Amino acid sequence: MIDIDIKKRYKNINFHFKTKIAINSLSAIFGESGAGKTTFLRLLCGLETPDSGYIKVENEIWFDNKTNLPVQNRDIGFVFQDYALFPNMTVIENLRFAQTASDENFLKELLEIVGLTKHTDKYPALLSGGEKQRVALARAVAKKPKLLLLDEALSALDNKMRVQIQNDIQIIHKRLNLTTLMISHDIAEVYKLSSNVIIVENEKIKKSGPPDILFENTKLSGKFKFSAKIIKIEPADTIFIITLLIGNNLTKVVATQEEIQKMNIGDNVLVASKAFNPIIIT
Amino acid sequence: MFMETMLLTFKVALIVTTILFFIGIPIALWISSTKSKLKPVIETIVSMPLVLPPSVIGFYLLVFLGPTSAIGSFVEKWFDLRLVLSFEGILIGSIIFSFPFMIHPIQMGLQSLPKSLAEASFTLGKSRLQTLLHVQLPNIKNSLLTGIVLTFAHTVGEFGVVLMIGGNIPGETRLASIAIYDEVEALNYDLANQYALTLFAISFSILFLVYIINGKFNGALK
Repeated sequence: MIDIDIKKRYKNINFHFKTKIAINSLSAIFGESGAGKTTFLRLLCGLETPDSGYIKVENEIWFDNKTNLPVQNRDIGFVFQDYALFPNMTVIENLRFAQTASDENFLKELLEIVGLTKHTDKYPALLSGGEKQRVALARAVAKKPKLLLLDEALSALDNKMRVQIQNDIQIIHKRLNLTTLMISHDIAEVYKLSSNVIIVENEKIKKSGPPDILFENTKLSGKFKFSAKIIKIEPADTIFIITLLIGNNLTKVVATQEEIQKMNIGDNVLVASKAFNPIIIT
Repeated sequence: MFMETMLLTFKVALIVTTILFFIGIPIALWISSTKSKLKPVIETIVSMPLVLPPSVIGFYLLVFLGPTSAIGSFVEKWFDLRLVLSFEGILIGSIIFSFPFMIHPIQMGLQSLPKSLAEASFTLGKSRLQTLLHVQLPNIKNSLLTGIVLTFAHTVGEFGVVLMIGGNIPGETRLASIAIYDEVEALNYDLANQYALTLFAISFSILFLVYIINGKFNGALK
């Protein structure tokens, strides 16, 4: 069990994070940008120091009023949002640098999992965003840490690459018996990967629990609800047809003259639908 | 005479550059990463030689390092070393005068690196020193080179501080830039020209080389 109750004051903002995380679980940290998700991860791994409270990981105290284990001694792997690969080292050198005891076979296995065996001797500057992200993932686990922390690791990637790296994370999480915490904005991603969701709101952990229970009460009810962006508003006879972007899909919805008064192109809106019977195509 | 002065000039420049390289890196690292309130104070002190007339620095060094001063008499008593009108004196003067030329490029280089690079290294269990040696310094090679070359060239070219604290002792404190002044005063234009042209050619070649090498470093990282 990872038991956390920490407070930090930073420029008049009071952060307070209190939660319990099961060992070997994969938790998603969910919340709006600016809510404090990254700060939570940085405090947990020791890149920032809390003002008060405690962090206990199994039987080890990482932080309390007497102890403050330096980040180097906390058994973690951290994937940064900007990848933070070392430009002066090739892919394999980046991974080797991360290991305390050399284990080339394990590095080989990691590179196979993330599909980078062809790129071992390339410098990071020559890799695509997705490839860099996978090197960063492999590097973070190269020393076989207990805890894997991912800071918005997937937000900058396109859908296809995202799905692939989601799979990589799942495989690595299981293969190494990791306890993983990842920041995510995407409910689908949260559902797919995590067994535990930590919802961060206004610099605090609002609640945590399994995603289906947590989201069913709030975000998901009997009706369909999507956030969308208005792309086009065009008249058709006496009504108007509104083109919406939902995720990566364009959808058309009908609106009346009265309704479009409040709408502008580029607005972010909520599209909801009640009382219909959806078909799920697999 | 000519060779002796030129060799002395480069000996001073080489020693000053080496010493400043090793002092400069930790100071630049501290300035680039600290959140301390002392930071602007230290930055100001480091930059002072850029704006102060060399004669001001030379004057204070004379006052504080002279044989009657506390530091001067202490060093003379215990190490049998005189800090003014001596080779050691011009070394100290040159180190202080060239301080910003080493520290600024290294500081800028370190600041230009994303913070996450050093942090990533820390999360991988590496100490500050390991991070500096394996991650930070190898990624600011062009800044290091710029610092080394500017310091070297600036030390070769300095005049005021050396004249104030070192005087003009052939083979001991007479550097090329002082020799030029000296020869012009004695109306030896040919010899002055020989010094001047040599300094000009060497400075040009060094800077030219730096720009070529820096271009290659930048190309390799892109």
